[in-house]
Amino acid sequence: MSGFLVDAALISLLTLIAILAVRLHRLFAVVMLSGAFSLVAAALFVVLDAVDVAFTEAAVGAGISTILALATLSLVPRDEKPHSIALVPAFLAFATAAMLAVAVSDLPAFGDANAPIHNHVAPEYLTGSAEDIGIPNVVTSVLASYRGFDTLGETVVVFTAAIAVLLVLGGYTRPRRRNGDRDKEDGNAR
Amino acid sequence: MSMLAGQWNYFLVIALMMIGFYTVIARGNMVKKMVGLTIFQTSVFMLYISMGKIANGTAPILTDAAQKAYANPLPHVLILTAIVVGVATTAVGYALIIRVYESYGTIEDDELIKIIEAEEDEGADA
Amino acid sequence: MQDDPVIRVVAKVMIPTVMLFALYVQFHGDYGPGGGFQAGVIFAAAFVLNAMIFGLNRGRHVWPANLNLLAVCAGVLLYGLTGVASMLLGENYLDYDVLGATPQAGQHIGILLVEFGVGLTVASVMVALFFTFAGRMTHNRLLDRMEAQDKDAKRGAAKQAPKKRSRT
Repeated sequence: MSGFLVDAALISLLTLIAILAVRLHRLFAVVMLSGAFSLVAAALFVVLDAVDVAFTEAAVGAGISTILALATLSLVPRDEKPHSIALVPAFLAFATAAMLAVAVSDLPAFGDANAPIHNHVAPEYLTGSAEDIGIPNVVTSVLASYRGFDTLGETVVVFTAAIAVLLVLGGYTRPRRRNGDRDKEDGNAR
Repeated sequence: MSMLAGQWNYFLVIALMMIGFYTVIARGNMVKKMVGLTIFQTSVFMLYISMGKIANGTAPILTDAAQKAYANPLPHVLILTAIVVGVATTAVGYALIIRVYESYGTIEDDELIKIIEAEEDEGADA
Repeated sequence: MQDDPVIRVVAKVMIPTVMLFALYVQFHGDYGPGGGFQAGVIFAAAFVLNAMIFGLNRGRHVWPANLNLLAVCAGVLLYGLTGVASMLLGENYLDYDVLGATPQAGQHIGILLVEFGVGLTVASVMVALFFTFAGRMTHNRLLDRMEAQDKDAKRGAAKQAPKKRSRT
């Protein structure tokens, strides 16, 4: 029951932060809220026994991605154009939520030890890790050994993303065009 | 109530997911869209991690203690890599936003559409 | 911010500590929470902190961009070549059993190498991302200055030869 309370409190806090992030128009505040969101999510992952994930989320979500978003904000306008609540997207979101709720109600209960997910490969990893690999942290042994191919793919994706950012932003040739300048340039071309 | 008690965690995660979804499709500002995408992404992570949880279990780090219920390590592995890949792809998104602003002077998508349409009209006239 | 002595002194104490912690997370990942992904991000955070407090130029001086690109590639290569090594020794790709004297020792070596490759790639990718984003600011500032100079020069040229482009 205490698990339920901590869990519900953290998710309610997350919902509050998310709603604030949607409502605010000052992007600086929005970005800081998304950093806070990641930090609270990391706390939730600890409650859900996923310590490695919590570690990563705290370091990546609250640290690096906030810094990247702030760096972006220093280059683009910091205020959003005010919007009222859009009805069609809100309806779509509610409809999707309803469908997902119906689908989710078929899932096994939360924390159920006999759920199918716990019966197929996970026991093999948990028992095999001690014998085959001799490493206490099962997450590491699954990550690097049992699912080494998967992690290789993920590493290559990170590598590719870095190459993409360097290609998009790293070039030093093209001068920038601004709204005001464009008319003049077009005038000259004709 | 008993049915709801079993899946309350999933329902809360769905609510969170839909806030992110709404932000992505309703807001025109691209930085806001990226923040919405982050919220959506993090709630998908929560859904996965919730499934791996076992009541009264512990983190999947083997100990000599009699404790036998460990949380399922598989979703942890999938999500751990997904978080890092997520930030790398988010960085690509931010990089594209910066380039869009440098080229068009706006990051609001309705203004952007107007500018592009105006350019296309100019192209058709010439 | 760069002249504040408190921040500078605290940073000088913090940065080595952060790096040491990153190495601990990297090589202790087998026994506790941690591993290449987390360690890489924490290691990168040390460089980001350094660049934020002592300036981009000094940050670049500590860890040059070319070296960083090499590190990005070296990490992925280390991962891939570990798999090739186990293939050359007669096992499947990325099956580390044959890398050591016993299968368990082999697995230990393989996981250590692979995690190090992941950590190297993630750390240098994060550093590259930060420097690319932050470098764009200085780049834009430079471009603005050049544009202003160009305009001044054009204005000067227009005064001297007002009718230069009659046929276009």
